[in-house]
Amino acid sequence: MAAAPAIELAGLTRRYGERVALQDVTLTVPEGATLVVFGPNGAGKSTLLRVLATLLRPHAGTVRVLGRALPDEGWAVRGRIGLLGHAPLLYRDLSARENLAFHARLHGVALEHAWALLERVGLSARANDKVHTYSRGMVQRLAVCRAVLHDPEVLLLDEPRANLDPAAAELVEPLIGASSGRTRIVTSHDPAGGLAEADLALGLRAGRADLVAPASEIDAARIGALYR
Amino acid sequence: MRRTVGAVLRKELRLELRAPQAVPAMALFSVTTLVVFHFALQRGQVDGDLAAGVLWVTLLFAAMLGTSRLFVADHEEGGLDGFLLAPVDRTALLVAKALALLGFLAAVEVVAVPAFGLLLLGPTPDAGAVASLVVVLLLADAGIAVVGTLVSALAVQTRSRDLLVPLLALPLLIPVVIAAAKATTPLFLAGGAEALPGRWLAVLGLYDLVFGLLAYAVFDYLVED
Amino acid sequence: MLYGTRLRALSILAAVTLTAGFGLAFFYAPMDADQGFMQKIFYVHVPLAIVALGGFVFGGIMAIQHLRTRDARYDLRSYVAIHLSLVLGAGVLITGAIWAKASWGHWWVWDEPTLVSFLVVFLLYATYQPLRFSIEDPERQARYASVFAITAGAFVPLNFLAVRLAQAYTHPRVFATTDGGLPGKMQLPFYLCLIGMALLFATLWKYEMASKHTSAQLRSLRRKLGGDDAVAPQGRTAAPSLGTGA
Repeated sequence: MAAAPAIELAGLTRRYGERVALQDVTLTVPEGATLVVFGPNGAGKSTLLRVLATLLRPHAGTVRVLGRALPDEGWAVRGRIGLLGHAPLLYRDLSARENLAFHARLHGVALEHAWALLERVGLSARANDKVHTYSRGMVQRLAVCRAVLHDPEVLLLDEPRANLDPAAAELVEPLIGASSGRTRIVTSHDPAGGLAEADLALGLRAGRADLVAPASEIDAARIGALYR
Repeated sequence: MRRTVGAVLRKELRLELRAPQAVPAMALFSVTTLVVFHFALQRGQVDGDLAAGVLWVTLLFAAMLGTSRLFVADHEEGGLDGFLLAPVDRTALLVAKALALLGFLAAVEVVAVPAFGLLLLGPTPDAGAVASLVVVLLLADAGIAVVGTLVSALAVQTRSRDLLVPLLALPLLIPVVIAAAKATTPLFLAGGAEALPGRWLAVLGLYDLVFGLLAYAVFDYLVED
Repeated sequence: MLYGTRLRALSILAAVTLTAGFGLAFFYAPMDADQGFMQKIFYVHVPLAIVALGGFVFGGIMAIQHLRTRDARYDLRSYVAIHLSLVLGAGVLITGAIWAKASWGHWWVWDEPTLVSFLVVFLLYATYQPLRFSIEDPERQARYASVFAITAGAFVPLNFLAVRLAQAYTHPRVFATTDGGLPGKMQLPFYLCLIGMALLFATLWKYEMASKHTSAQLRSLRRKLGGDDAVAPQGRTAAPSLGTGA
């Protein structure tokens, strides 16, 4: 018996004024699978992630995350989704510890778990320093901690490996990579690398789903065509 | 809910202590305003209704300064997304921010009111008058805090937020000014402080209640998308 | 919804009622002993004030509906009502000043609590359009404007209460009778003017709604026929857009 899909979209549409950010997007992501979203800048990748994160409400169509319909039941799934967007969502004047403590309290997570995460990404030594003293790679690592702090079943990752050197990327891999066992939606600009870690691929262009297919059925050239 | 309010409030107070933006500026501004009043009014001492007026104008304008900053840190760090992603009641943000602003206002008044007493106030109020003054301050601050939080949340997304906050908040706070000034005038009388007129406390209480309920009802629409 | 229906009939009705009201005020209503002819500005000033306040309240109610249903049409109704009321409000302040000059010799007096309250309300609603203009995202603009309209609507009665309490005097000596009601010959012209003013507001409101709706539908049709490129992008605006669904 198949488990319920983690994510189901049917005709999802989201506007920005008169412009359309997402138009009629339909797809299903099974539990534990990785969906990689490709597309040029402005295609709607970040908007899609924000809708799935319950931060934006759909203007038309249906969105179901972990069996719950958004936006009405968004409150029920918020604690089970983790978003790593462009903004790290960290207060620069507070330390890593204080930032994670804030998010831990909001999510009802034990503080020890936060410290353990800091250890795993190699930030324990600088945990009491203010975030504005961190390099971009360190900020990204801390943002990863924030995103997985509450052990979400669904991960929404907007170019997660940006600003990370290979060593750092290795540190965060077990938390947000395919081996984490979570359902993942990842945006990517790298056709070959993206396809390698994908189970499913979505190609967005000007808000429309130009391409929805299992990763095994497409090659990098097809992805490249999106950008032309 | 209480846990969430506590978490946000802790963060607010910690941020303000760590990188003080609002409170020192507001306190300094209020003292400077008192000096300006001295020169503008060309008086060494004020009493009665003039004293009440000077005090409330000073406190109100200092409050405007601090209110503009209330959501700025969140806005700069990528919006309230971090809070919005958490499985918490969004109204907790309103309560926490309003309590934080109330705290900031109280901290400023600890400086501004004695400064006022020292620099401009003619008659020296007795303990009873000071106690009454504190009651009025608390009630008025509650109103300023609620309206300030609402207006600040409205304005933070706009391009001209520092201008918009006083423009929106000052008319909304006029009933507070009316009631607070009328209530404190008898406390500053030259001939000796008189009793506080209860009806103005009732007006302040009513204002706080109405705007508290209103803010509770509409705040969600300001933070969600 | 078609706002253009019955518009001509409404306009004529408004014009007739107002003319009748003013005519009666001119010729039929009694001359005030103290204030003389200028007192007749009361027949313009008070109806304007009542209709303007009604417009603000109507704008607030439309705003509540907008937040509840997220239908952009309610936002447009709220917007038009509020900015019409603001224009009427300016009229209230001007006629109030004229009346004050005629009655007390000053262009502005603080003794009339209702006039003073109106000034505060006017100052508040005058920020409505700058607020809208400074928010670029149209959906957020509409939502925040609705929150403002509801807050301002709740504020109006509180404000009137506070100002009235603060004043020693009560509003006009207009009503010269001991029981506080309008004296006989003043009633008909007053109520006619009031109804006429309300009809005028309704007419102007419908005109503006019809105009905005038609523009939106025109844009929508152009876009359907010619694609997105056929329509010039809307610049920053304080006015609500009806989106692509209009």
